[in-house]
Amino acid sequence: MVTASIIVLGVIGIIAAILLFLAAKKFYVYEDPRIGEIEKILPGANCGGCGFSGCHAFAVECANASSLSGLNCTGVDAEGMKKIAGIVGLAAVAAQKKVAIVKCSASCENRDPRNHYDGVRSCAIESALYQGESDCIYGCLGCGDCVAACPFGAMQMEPGETLPHIDLNKCTGCGKCVEACPRNLCELVPYNEGRPIVWVACANRDRGPVAMKECGVACIGCTKCRKVCPNEAPAIASFLAHIEQEKCTSCGECIKACPRHTIVSTSPINSNTTVI
Amino acid sequence: MNKLTISLSPHIHSGDSINRRMWNVVIALLPALAVALWTFGLPALWVTLVSVGSCLLAEWLIARFLLHKPCTLSNGSALITGLLLAFNLPSILPLWMVAIGAIVAIGIGKMSFGGLGCNIWNPALVGRVFLLISFPAAMTTWPTGVSSAFNGFTGASTQSDADTGATLLTHLNSGDVSMADYNVLDMAIGQMNGSLGEVGAFAILIGLAYLLITRTITWHIPVSILASAALFSWAFGGNPVLDLLAGGLMLGAVFMATDYVTSPMTHSGQLLFGFMIGLITIIIRKYGAYPEGVSFAILLMNSFVPLINRYFRPAIFGEKERRQTA
Amino acid sequence: MKTFLKGGIHPPEYKITADSPIVRLPIPPELRIMLSQCIGAPSKAIVKPGDHVSAGQIIAEAGGFVGAPIHSPVNGTVKKIEPTRTAQGIWQDSIVIAPDEESVENAPDQIRSDQEVDNLSPEDVIAIVGEAGIVGLGGATFPTRVKLSVPKGKTATTVLINGAECEPCLTCDDALMRSEADKIAKGTLLIMKATGATEGYIGIEENKPRAIEAMKKASEAYSNLSVVTLKKKYPQGGEKQLIYAITGKTVPAGALPIETGCIVDNVATAFAIYEAVYTGRPSTERILTVTGPEVTNPGNYLVKNGTPLSFILEYAGGLPEDTGKVIAGGPMMGRAISTIEATATKGLSGLVVLPQSVALRKQEGPCIRCAKCVSVCPMGLEPYLMILQADMKMWDEMSQHGVMNCLECGCCSYACPSHRPILDMIKLGKQELRKKK
Repeated sequence: MVTASIIVLGVIGIIAAILLFLAAKKFYVYEDPRIGEIEKILPGANCGGCGFSGCHAFAVECANASSLSGLNCTGVDAEGMKKIAGIVGLAAVAAQKKVAIVKCSASCENRDPRNHYDGVRSCAIESALYQGESDCIYGCLGCGDCVAACPFGAMQMEPGETLPHIDLNKCTGCGKCVEACPRNLCELVPYNEGRPIVWVACANRDRGPVAMKECGVACIGCTKCRKVCPNEAPAIASFLAHIEQEKCTSCGECIKACPRHTIVSTSPINSNTTVI
Repeated sequence: MNKLTISLSPHIHSGDSINRRMWNVVIALLPALAVALWTFGLPALWVTLVSVGSCLLAEWLIARFLLHKPCTLSNGSALITGLLLAFNLPSILPLWMVAIGAIVAIGIGKMSFGGLGCNIWNPALVGRVFLLISFPAAMTTWPTGVSSAFNGFTGASTQSDADTGATLLTHLNSGDVSMADYNVLDMAIGQMNGSLGEVGAFAILIGLAYLLITRTITWHIPVSILASAALFSWAFGGNPVLDLLAGGLMLGAVFMATDYVTSPMTHSGQLLFGFMIGLITIIIRKYGAYPEGVSFAILLMNSFVPLINRYFRPAIFGEKERRQTA
Repeated sequence: MKTFLKGGIHPPEYKITADSPIVRLPIPPELRIMLSQCIGAPSKAIVKPGDHVSAGQIIAEAGGFVGAPIHSPVNGTVKKIEPTRTAQGIWQDSIVIAPDEESVENAPDQIRSDQEVDNLSPEDVIAIVGEAGIVGLGGATFPTRVKLSVPKGKTATTVLINGAECEPCLTCDDALMRSEADKIAKGTLLIMKATGATEGYIGIEENKPRAIEAMKKASEAYSNLSVVTLKKKYPQGGEKQLIYAITGKTVPAGALPIETGCIVDNVATAFAIYEAVYTGRPSTERILTVTGPEVTNPGNYLVKNGTPLSFILEYAGGLPEDTGKVIAGGPMMGRAISTIEATATKGLSGLVVLPQSVALRKQEGPCIRCAKCVSVCPMGLEPYLMILQADMKMWDEMSQHGVMNCLECGCCSYACPSHRPILDMIKLGKQELRKKK
């Protein structure tokens, strides 16, 4: 009785194994083994920062490429890209590392909330249907859509805080936060270790007097930063300064000159610096 | 003055809440609980307490240590699961089995899906069916000397265990009881054998009335279950009154099938849901190996709820006219 | 009693101003008239600072085909044209007018007799309505001139006047119907004339017996005009709901009421049309209900366009200490305003002041699929599904489920036992879908 069972089950097992083997042969699809190796190096966040639909698509692209220029995963460092270059046998093309910055620095002290928003905690809804809690209709809403969108955990907003903080070591510059922010406050800028980024942390395009009323640290378009800058990096349009990063040398003169303390930096440059 | 609050409309709320609804169900369960205590005495109390306690503890532990979610015991849903599970068990079931059933009900039946609102099957029934399959003997062993309706023929029971009573359905299934042998009044007020909560049809009806008056549930599911069970009982040559009063049909129709999470969204879908539960119950009772089929019928139809929701969608106002004009 | 087909809720009425007469508010020291007061393009100012304007003079002309001119409500001097914050907190251009010291009310001179009005052609009526800057006064602020111009190929058979006022708290339409029933009836006849409709109905909810009585009396004289008593149920005043309740016709999904030959207008609009045609007075003032459980002098006030909301609230006894929310419109569909520096516009039908305890939402819980939202939705939608879809940004699926049919009545959010922000997410979905188009 037991023997019969063993034999029957054994035979069934062997038949199934043969069928599986045949099926695997029949439906086998060849995939470049390098794709798998590249994917192991990639972060696997499918953030889309490289311009492809996901990490796998990027790996396929790398494996088939004739040159690596233009192909760059924002989530791996230069070492990682060199490894990928080694796998596909091409020369690594160094790409500028980019990180995101937030163009608003108005905490509650600077910008007293006029209203209390009591709806869904979502910047998309608050921005679409109301103008936010404060007078400024350009600034950060503080509901953290960007924090939720960040696939690398580089954005943080502690409970009670109204502005997101970006961890430059974790930020890969994938651009998810840029898409998520309904007020377009996030921007990707080039980042070289050792040289702090200097930017105008404001997006207020109202005239000076109005902007001054709306927020304690709003840019009023006074052009002082442009005057002191040796490279004319700050450009002013619609009563709002914007520092062109290609021209900026992080000398910190504009930070000293800004009467509104709107210009900030990622690490201290001089005594006036606000670090974000 | 306060800062003006801004939010989207509507700015007022009906005041309805999950807590209110859940506690309404608990209140509706009380009459049946009273009947159970009257009929089965102290053992019924122990079973209920152990079941409720294990459910609450299991929910708290899982929410706190596995899901890291805030505690949700106050909404009463775990309490209801505990009560309903107890109502589905024999009063002499060993208490450790009750605890296992409760943990399965909450842990596997509810929390593994993500907690309240996410489960596919009625948690209490998951617990009961788990016990029924794991401990079939214990789950079909009923206390003796309870039922006046059966005093005359418990001795004629085909079951060998002399200390074991039998429910009416066991007798029906084994064909040793005739229609003349039962007393409808006894059955209605709980003087019969069975699980804790299913014996007092009248008490369950009081609960139903309370649920309908407080608008906690609508009539569609209970009425369609009872009507279709009566119809098919008659069609298959049974006695409709007997089938309605015996076993867990009343309990299932009023408290188990009407669980919000695991029942269809539209009234038409609910009617189909109830109709099928009635049909499957009678088929299992008539032709199945188990004497009772309500739990299986409800769990089966629970699985079909997403499908029912898909095909019994509410008609969009004006959609028919749009098709006609297009 | 007539009512709509499916869904609906019965919110408590809170109509504490139901017996209040209409009180004319004094003219404030400064009027700020917003240039964007109706759906469509903002109007263009045609006066300059320093100009003297008289009451009823056009100070801004329509900004496009869908648009309406704006008239000065008082005799006064234009001080400046500068941005003023709207009730939603957005800066928009406005004309600031300082009224003259003794700005007298211009007498209600009747400029057209019944006979003359009879001789007007439909086109004349529409032109007068357009010049008077009348917009839908129920809150939608759609220019009435455009609504009355029946598109080619369609015919209007029925005019429905919406006196349902199903919103809790508001009583301005009720007060108007009680005091000006004759004029509303004549205004209705004018709408019928302009559109070529042959029958007119005035739908009023059963909870306003005196308005029903007054309107019945006023419409007795006209054989083609009748008053319909409607069941008290929200949203009885929704356009499609009203058409179904009164005529039994269903407006196809995504279509306009004219598809069924119906034109729906608010009682206040009908009254404004009467005023424009018979007395030549343009739309510069309206009745609004100021109410709330802790407001000292709640009532129905006749308010000039451009009056600051703070001035109106001051007249009603000031904002109570415990104010949490001020709503422009009713509590079901109105918008919570972000500043009382804003001014009254044509579409403002009420100011509801809610205390903090009512204003704040409760903590939301999980969806238990109780199907309450499905059973109260008057459009037959599945709100429980849509909030999940919006959460996952599944805009196309929302569209397939008919989200664009939602009339934003708020029944789903009102009834949800879990306090889920269903309507918020549905509105977000609609917004995203409109953006994609």
